[in-house]
Amino acid sequence: MNLGYTMKVVRIDKKNWVGDIENLSRSYRLFGPVKDDNFHRFEELDKDKLPDLDYFNTRLSPKSIVYPQSETMFEYCLDERKKDHHVMKEASKDYSQRAVIGIRPCDAAAFLLVKRNFDTPECKDPYWVKAYEATTFVGLACNNPHSACFCTTAGCGPFHEDGLDILLIDAGNHYFAKIITSKGENLLKAAGWDTKVDAGKEIESMKQNAETGITSFIATNKLKDKITADLFDAPFWEDMAFACINCGTCTYACPTCWCFDIQDEVHGCSGTRMRNWDSCMYPLFTLHGSGYNPRNTGMQRVRQRFMHKLKYYVDKYDNGIQCVGCGRCVSLCPVNIDIRKICNTMNSYEK
Amino acid sequence: MIEYINKIKEISERLLKEGIVDIIIGFRKGTMPMMNEPCFAKSPEDIKNLVWDSNCGINLANYLTNYSADRKEKIGIIAKGCDSRNIVNHIIENKIKRDQLFIIGVPCKGMVDRRKIVSIFEREIKEVTEEKNKIIVKSDGFEKILKKAEVLQENCAICIHRNPVVYDELVADLVEEQKDVDRYEDVRRIEAMPVEKKYKLFDDLLSACIRCYACRNACPLCYCPTCFVDESRPQWVGKSINPVDIRTFHFLRAFHCAGRCTDCGACESACPMDIKVRTFTKKLEKDCFELYGWEAGMSLDERPPLDTYKFDYPD
Repeated sequence: MNLGYTMKVVRIDKKNWVGDIENLSRSYRLFGPVKDDNFHRFEELDKDKLPDLDYFNTRLSPKSIVYPQSETMFEYCLDERKKDHHVMKEASKDYSQRAVIGIRPCDAAAFLLVKRNFDTPECKDPYWVKAYEATTFVGLACNNPHSACFCTTAGCGPFHEDGLDILLIDAGNHYFAKIITSKGENLLKAAGWDTKVDAGKEIESMKQNAETGITSFIATNKLKDKITADLFDAPFWEDMAFACINCGTCTYACPTCWCFDIQDEVHGCSGTRMRNWDSCMYPLFTLHGSGYNPRNTGMQRVRQRFMHKLKYYVDKYDNGIQCVGCGRCVSLCPVNIDIRKICNTMNSYEK
Repeated sequence: MIEYINKIKEISERLLKEGIVDIIIGFRKGTMPMMNEPCFAKSPEDIKNLVWDSNCGINLANYLTNYSADRKEKIGIIAKGCDSRNIVNHIIENKIKRDQLFIIGVPCKGMVDRRKIVSIFEREIKEVTEEKNKIIVKSDGFEKILKKAEVLQENCAICIHRNPVVYDELVADLVEEQKDVDRYEDVRRIEAMPVEKKYKLFDDLLSACIRCYACRNACPLCYCPTCFVDESRPQWVGKSINPVDIRTFHFLRAFHCAGRCTDCGACESACPMDIKVRTFTKKLEKDCFELYGWEAGMSLDERPPLDTYKFDYPD
């Protein structure tokens, strides 16, 4: 529940940070960024391990905290001597309360985009929804965005609050914590953060400062009015897609890519049904049982990825593009396919 | 090496103008520091965008067949030493015909390892330029000059075939090849390890793998219409991030490349997780060299040891 206009801010002294996190770990499973060679990644924090908030962003998005790359759904036994053989049983999961500390606003906003797919009135993905609902998102505002960040033109921003329960703002010796939802309020109590402050002006000025630090932009204003078939048949795809090697790096790194594949694996007499991330970059993604593949070429698959994010999604949900501007696909692509360039080309394309 | 670009453009323009080729495969400037994008050029306008510098590590031979199986046109391709050896591979494996190609040979002085530069610089890199043997790295109000030799890709640092082995025209005089290079010091170190230690090393190496297949897809050798990991009828390999399946993929892929790998480094440079994929391929490269005196892609007239048999081959 959003608390609306009653903005509440508390000050968290960094001196007490270690103890505060310890408090939190008593009532939450904690996840946070940790350093791994040159990069950070999100992982579950063992007791006594602190989230490393001196970071830019993680190499892969934190989507796996709610939506793991491989997730067991059912387990079964094929041994006919056993009573419950050939019966699918729900795999046991830990949906106890968890909190992600230090998630960037873009990554938190990405969960809301994915929610439009996994949590609808018609269909609720039980695993995603339960995990999402069990999670409290404690964001960390970006005081120093990078040059590949284009969040402000992707419906997001360095101090964006949608999708967060609390927004932390690093102000030197202390953090300001802006409470956004009742989930956030609960976490606040568990941590023992209660030094209320009136920091509205200071936060606003830091926010404006951060926003001016964003130097990369995309134009999306005309995407909605484009005729889908015109974009689909546009001549620029051959040139744009040439370099693409059709690996799944962009889709796996992306916080908003949600596609999966369901697989059964049997070892001896015990089997599991799991789902694994899948990628529209792969030929197998669309291969029909007949052997026919409607997206048989690399170019068709590249086009699909960008048409989905920047046109089909826009048309279907009428709520912007399926991208939060985190810049991971741009930074990690082995051959420098750049969604910003493709988005601008699509947006300005005239048949 | 940046000085090559004028000659590359001049040759490319002439080839297109005279109708000797229909397209040129090369690089254009990327949108990120230290990144160039493989591209094709068909018009004088496209030619203007071609670039050449120390960020052209992607192996262009990959673009000859993998994504253009039906290409019938004459292709001009810019090829450094390793690319040219992979072109030779393609030709002797009947993937493409020599006379369909015009090879613009680039005597290479090595490509830089952008990860290494990122780790040295420790802040966000905004711009990277190069001059002769120097790499100039810039951030806001901060600059660092690195010696190129110290930030080369690992495969380039030990490369002994920088010059193209086949070409129709060169963009510059051949460069002197590196001598007295110990190519296999790291492989010997691993060979000497006890089994458990080796196993642990491989496990650690692969622990970050997300199975995106960037290594495979960047590799010119991996052109199977359906890779064994993608085969679904029947399915050979599990699809999850189970370590056994991940190991199976990497080990089998390395074996599929035995006697064919040119150590171009495209796999490692493509990996988003910084996995040292060459650890596996190099062992097989070393074995082929020691058992058969074979270096892949050096000659159009000799069959590779693994698709032929000679009486004097060891068991």
